[in-house]
Amino acid sequence: MELLEKLDILADAAKYDAACTSSGLDRSGRPGTIGSTTMAGCCHSFSADGRCISLLKVLQTNVCVYDCQYCVNRRSNDVPRAAFTPEELCELTMGFYRRNYIEGLFLSSAVLRSPDYTTELMIRTLRILREKYRFGGYIHAKAIPGADPLLTRRLGLLADRMSVNIELPSSSSLSLLAPDKKKGSILAPMAQIRDGIQESKRELAVCRHAPRFAPAGQSTQMIVGATPESDRRILSLTQALYDRYHLKRVFYSAYMPVSSSPLLPVPGSFQPPLLREHRLYQADWLLRYYHFRAEEILDEDQPDLDPRLDPKCCWALRHLDFFPVEVNHADYEVLLRVPGLGVRSARRILTARRAGPLTFEGLKRLGVVLKRAQYFLTCSGRMMQGLKVSEDGLLRHLVSLEAPALAQPVPEQLSLFDSAV
Amino acid sequence: MSWTQVCYRYDGTYSGFLSCVFHSYVDREEPVEFRTPEDMCVSLYPLRTVETDEDHAKRVYRSFAKFGREGQRLAVRCFLTSLPERELWLWRFLRLGYDLGPKIGLALTDPTVDKVRKAVQHLEHEAHQYTGFVRFSELDGALVGEIQPKDRVLPLLRPHFCSRYPQERFVLHDRTHGEALFHRPGPQGWAILPVEDFRMGPAGAEELAYRTLWRTFYDTIAIEGRRNPKCRMTNMPKHYWAMMTEFQKDWDTALL
Repeated sequence: MELLEKLDILADAAKYDAACTSSGLDRSGRPGTIGSTTMAGCCHSFSADGRCISLLKVLQTNVCVYDCQYCVNRRSNDVPRAAFTPEELCELTMGFYRRNYIEGLFLSSAVLRSPDYTTELMIRTLRILREKYRFGGYIHAKAIPGADPLLTRRLGLLADRMSVNIELPSSSSLSLLAPDKKKGSILAPMAQIRDGIQESKRELAVCRHAPRFAPAGQSTQMIVGATPESDRRILSLTQALYDRYHLKRVFYSAYMPVSSSPLLPVPGSFQPPLLREHRLYQADWLLRYYHFRAEEILDEDQPDLDPRLDPKCCWALRHLDFFPVEVNHADYEVLLRVPGLGVRSARRILTARRAGPLTFEGLKRLGVVLKRAQYFLTCSGRMMQGLKVSEDGLLRHLVSLEAPALAQPVPEQLSLFDSAV
Repeated sequence: MSWTQVCYRYDGTYSGFLSCVFHSYVDREEPVEFRTPEDMCVSLYPLRTVETDEDHAKRVYRSFAKFGREGQRLAVRCFLTSLPERELWLWRFLRLGYDLGPKIGLALTDPTVDKVRKAVQHLEHEAHQYTGFVRFSELDGALVGEIQPKDRVLPLLRPHFCSRYPQERFVLHDRTHGEALFHRPGPQGWAILPVEDFRMGPAGAEELAYRTLWRTFYDTIAIEGRRNPKCRMTNMPKHYWAMMTEFQKDWDTALL
């Protein structure tokens, strides 16, 4: 089979994996090697769906022994199958990397023969890259659940970031849709990677030449919309993963109908929940950068995120007693709770107010989104001039700023024969 | 006493500009216009032609240490931006900096600092975008790439690419400003030089094969059900596309 054809098949099989970032590690290039990584990561292109392309995202093979219902590569699906040999995949990666097409390699795989055999194949690929080509770019490797812990460890010593997909937000959904995978077999490698990273950090503090185990951390992803879990449940799971497994990121992937299994939404009428995914990511940011807890964002009365407004605005509307916040005195954590103020603008406020009191004019210069923030801020004790919005009108007003179409009642087709039906 | 208002003519280089700053403080003159020899306009203000003097420039450059780290960064990078009348804004910034000292890094709401900061932010953002969007082609063992930036990003891209490809010979050509970054293996093996009439050679068979592979990958990786051209254009505006392999056809590049 030609390389072009293989790339087509194996990139197509890998494209539903969302966890494709190149961040979390600063490593400059050294003479005699090729490649470097940057803390913030780097996007090399954006595909037609608007997602960032930073790594060469491929599978080692899409031949699989499992039959997970939501997956394109399941055994029962009739698709062309292929496998890269380690040598040709390395050559392809280096060819792309030298031309600055990519930031590194994202290597995942379907399970060929057994998890151990598949992991060995991946290790062989990464060893050639690191040792023969002396590749110093970014490598993201998927740990294969069920593989021997020693093999997973060797994989982690070669890769920069590791990930294990948690796949679905609850174990009941998992046993329904992925009968071959168990919750335990997913969480075990995750815990192993966490411990490996912590141990490697301790060793590095003693000796800087100690081997680095997954220095850019680990991430995971789950599919949203294929099963009936609420947003509240997903967010608390996310928070638990951050707290207990020290993950760098949790990715959400809106379910795309790739299968006609009777257990899943029907492909014909089903729309992937892209807006829901977007809101979940916004809430995820609140957890990671804005000092929010999952219990604050959603509670029992409100199990799902409001599609009309971002989660921070919703929180602010439910806690109007918290506001207005005085820009010139408030703490960083308090500033972060104001809708329209992000991490950057909050930091700029802290810097700028050391030089003198801030005004609304000044806030605009700092890049604060005043159209949202103005309702929640005072500058030297004063609200924005000419601002007249009653508290009950605030929700409608904020919604209309973001999505005018959502603020109005849904239009209805009038019918002459309503009563007749 | 107020300073005399004048128009400075200098050679357009950074050293030239710093020499202007030196003169303005020595002669107590306030520049209201900066001109380069190519400008044919006649000014209403008395014209002073400033000769570039490296020693004067270095003295002014060293004085930027007074502005603190943030202020120094803005003072050095502002000259690379495409801000209209950047020399004038930078001169105002420097004057403010000599007054305020390191506090200039805090004065984010000052109109001059704001203008300079936003321009530098634009420059840094564009440089960051280009670290990803540059595409190299392998021609006779060397990597050749072209960009068309609004700001002069080559000095900012230099450390990134030299660190990334220490063993490669490469050329990165800036079409807008007519200069190129050259690199060869070895310590200090780089230079940014003005170039005229830069042309890429024809691509070989291997290069064409890699371009095809990359285009295939690019087209395959997009999920049809999530198509979102607006999101793509927000993240990667169309003016970058002209130089990117994934949007080119081979007859664009191979037969040059």
